[in-house]
Amino acid sequence: MALDTKQDTRTEFKIVGTRVPRPDGIDKVTGRARFGADMSAPGMLVGRVLRSPHAHARIVSIDTAAAAALDGVHAVVTRADFPDIPLDAALADIRDNCMAGAKALYDGHAVAAVAATSESVARQALKLIKVDYEPLPHVTDVDRAMDPGAPALHEGRTDESVPEDMSPNVMARYEFGHGDVEAGLKKADRVLRRTYRTEATHQGYIEPHACLAQMGPDGQADMWCCTQGQYMVRDTCAAILGLRQGQVRVTASEIGGGFGGKTTVFLEPVALALARKAGRPVKMVMSRSEVLRATGPTASSSIDVAVGMAADGRITAGFAELRYQGGAYPGSPVELGAMAAFAPYDLENVRTIGWDVVANRPKQAAYRAPGAPMAAFAVESAIDELARGFGLDPLEVRLRNAAREGTRSAYGVTFPAIGLEATLRTARDHPHWGAPLGDNQGRGVACGFWFNFGGNTCVSLNIASDGTVNVTEGNPDIGGSRASLSMMAAEELGIPYEQVRTVIADTASLGLNDVTDGSRVTFAVGLATIEAARAAKREMCRRVAGLWGIDEEAVVWKDGAACPAGPNAGDHDPMTLAEIAAIAPNTGGPIAGHHEVNAEGAGVSFATHMVDVEVDPETGATRVLRYTVFQDAGKAVHPDYVEGQFQGGAAQGIGWALNEEYIYGEDGILQNPGFLDYRIPVASDLPMIDTVILEIPNPGHPYGVRGVGETSIVPPLAAIANAVSAAAGVRMTDLPISPPKLRRAIETA
Amino acid sequence: MDYHAPTTLDAAVDILAGASGDCRVLAGGTDLLVRMRSDMAHPDAVVDIKRIASLRTITEEDGGWRIGAAVCGAEMGEHAGLRAAWPGVVEAAQLIGSTQVQGRATIVGNLCNASPAADSVPAMVAAGALARIAGPEGIRDVPVEEVPTGPGKTSLGHGELVASIFLPDRAERSGDAYLRFIPRTEMDIAVAGCGVSLTLDEDGGIIRARVALGAVGPGVMVVAEAGRMLAGSHLREGGLQQLATICSAAARPITDKRGTEHYRTHIAGVLARRAAVIAYARAGGTLE
Repeated sequence: MALDTKQDTRTEFKIVGTRVPRPDGIDKVTGRARFGADMSAPGMLVGRVLRSPHAHARIVSIDTAAAAALDGVHAVVTRADFPDIPLDAALADIRDNCMAGAKALYDGHAVAAVAATSESVARQALKLIKVDYEPLPHVTDVDRAMDPGAPALHEGRTDESVPEDMSPNVMARYEFGHGDVEAGLKKADRVLRRTYRTEATHQGYIEPHACLAQMGPDGQADMWCCTQGQYMVRDTCAAILGLRQGQVRVTASEIGGGFGGKTTVFLEPVALALARKAGRPVKMVMSRSEVLRATGPTASSSIDVAVGMAADGRITAGFAELRYQGGAYPGSPVELGAMAAFAPYDLENVRTIGWDVVANRPKQAAYRAPGAPMAAFAVESAIDELARGFGLDPLEVRLRNAAREGTRSAYGVTFPAIGLEATLRTARDHPHWGAPLGDNQGRGVACGFWFNFGGNTCVSLNIASDGTVNVTEGNPDIGGSRASLSMMAAEELGIPYEQVRTVIADTASLGLNDVTDGSRVTFAVGLATIEAARAAKREMCRRVAGLWGIDEEAVVWKDGAACPAGPNAGDHDPMTLAEIAAIAPNTGGPIAGHHEVNAEGAGVSFATHMVDVEVDPETGATRVLRYTVFQDAGKAVHPDYVEGQFQGGAAQGIGWALNEEYIYGEDGILQNPGFLDYRIPVASDLPMIDTVILEIPNPGHPYGVRGVGETSIVPPLAAIANAVSAAAGVRMTDLPISPPKLRRAIETA
Repeated sequence: MDYHAPTTLDAAVDILAGASGDCRVLAGGTDLLVRMRSDMAHPDAVVDIKRIASLRTITEEDGGWRIGAAVCGAEMGEHAGLRAAWPGVVEAAQLIGSTQVQGRATIVGNLCNASPAADSVPAMVAAGALARIAGPEGIRDVPVEEVPTGPGKTSLGHGELVASIFLPDRAERSGDAYLRFIPRTEMDIAVAGCGVSLTLDEDGGIIRARVALGAVGPGVMVVAEAGRMLAGSHLREGGLQQLATICSAAARPITDKRGTEHYRTHIAGVLARRAAVIAYARAGGTLE
């Protein structure tokens, strides 16, 4: 057959790029969609977790006898119920985070759990569990945790990259860069040195974690849960509980937001351990307070920056030392922060050093472009301050230093075709840039970078006898992937969008799919879907060639039908997909296409954000007046969703910049475990966030797609800080810029 | 837990008076039910007052307005007469929670929850509102500021409940306003709040004024000195600054997750000044 198998990027589309109705819309607005907490099973028990009231304490003993004896209690588990099987360090940390071992390491750390016939019995049982704690000194601040005398969370966990005289809370050191920073700084007309700080923020997904687990006496387990990756849940639970992966089947529910926070487990192994012990299904649903205390916010950070700039705006050198605390276990996203900090710029001399630090806070989890927003806040603030100091246009300064195709990036790779300059030029030419500002108003800009990811992907595409198509994929849809995958399948097959339905399969239905993260799904699962469709087309052409009695190469696929490749192939009427499907039993059986890949070539992504704010100098309150996102999408498969990703990232970044923060008391207890005092922006806090989609095709994807989900949260912290600093006349280097903090800065300026 | 839904005020008082354990009054439930669900309250009995017809109405009385204890914020907002007479009290009531919460939450509940940050309370205090308390000994009327006695505590005796709020007859050329500061634009809790009510003479001079602060002390605070200072003034810039200074000086805030002592002290003055300007305009006054 003569199908074009080259990986040329396609640029002409019929369906891709349109705004078709989303397949999950009606279910979600009518309440029919089934989220994690909507699952139930006959004989189901309610599981609840007992959590540490201490920031740091040795667990001397746990007495569960009274709880276990309570009428209606079917199982109580503690760490003793999690077999001490050898695990790699990362999995062992997840086990310890799900159920504390020798020590409780933060306020909210799980120490025991019960399964009972009702919520009230479960609560009563928790009160009957006697835990003897020996409180220990604690530390929650990243800089204090690095003090050599700080209370140590772990002993002997430090990576060999860390000098020996440092606090045992310092887990690892990372370094990136090239050139000679000191020499570069000497060439500068001005060197700016500043320290920036950001507080930990939570993803703030609407749906709290929820899980239903059951295990029969045959050892076969089934789980339904709200997750960004059912395979991750399966593999993690199997490892922790000493099961084979194939024994555990996990089905992902509809998901009410994740933003990275559901790429790990908190409840699932506990629910499965309770279900195994009770011999009955166990459902666990977190409260919002549990979500904030004991799931994974992002890291807090403290970052020193030195940037040298010539009077013409050329950056002569960039240096950043980043300190991130990622909670009680190693693994803060400081390495990614150190890689991303200067990534938008073409620098001769650049170096970043990252320190991974532990503190008595919940174990961090991924949060949308993990590690990059804080790093960008520091670097983009410094560049802005230098540019303004020289009286230079901050967009022109960024253009002058912008990374482009062929640039050796600050973290080592050489960039292929990238869209940063395009976003900067479009921003400069946009009416927003020249719009007048009033009193107490200021405008800020900032750039952002994200790597994007591909990863393990397995897709099946099945054609029914009436010509309808099901795409079966293994990644929970958190950003519109069912719509975009159906669109790409329809585009490739040449059939209407409405003829395709995409479903998300359980772990027994497909091979491994990595979690929905790294902005990977539209890229990698899209790529696999297109390849699965191509496989189905090849099969259909083969079937038709058999019917027509000609070579496979003489049949091509065009406009949803198999056609003769040319006059030499004979005079045959095209056969549509539906016609071929209808007679499939007579031509060899059902028709399907599959594709398995560990996808590479995700294609990095850049954005420029522009924001206007107004500051009330008397109260320190900041109002966001206007916001425009300029971002490269490669190819926007469904522009509504792409715009939604741009807007969502900007909205979360605005919250991070202005009001969201984890507030710890002197006692190490989280002071604001609820949405009243953990202040995500409400709708009335935000203007309409305008978006400009740029399309610089990603050569690594057949349709040119790049991930778009994460880059949009990288620039807003700095863009807001730059705008507020311009409006208030004081440079804000500490996030969030809450009203008391800004008022204080104005008072003391 | 026992659930009671009496249809008369007397029956409600009888149940409350006869209760031995922790017996709570339920109106909108926007505080009580939330506390119960989050394992912070475990009442033995709940007395739902929403079926008591007399507590569901807003009625004109002696030129003023009586608001039943089961009247929700949304109903206050839809009442044209109440809005015209006491816009500051209505706007304060309508700052509580979301649209959904507005359909349940009551100002009596807001008062009896006894949070120092309750939004409707400084506005009611500035308005000189009276709380009508029903109990085993009968009915008594007290100024609203005498109901809360500290965070989460009230002066209500065993068997007593607040049956209604009375907002007095409004003199000509009067206006009131309530402002709070929150870091967001809605769905938040006051860092500081201020209610101002004032009455003007024909020349725009202030005859009478009451100023009350919220969230800057253990309970609502009447700033008598601010009222005295405003009376006889014309609300010029110097007077506004003096008002702010007096209110900041009166504030006794704590430092907590919602704001520092220093910040709240400052904000109390800013809000007083801004609320006074709104109240003055509503009373028909014109600032130069």
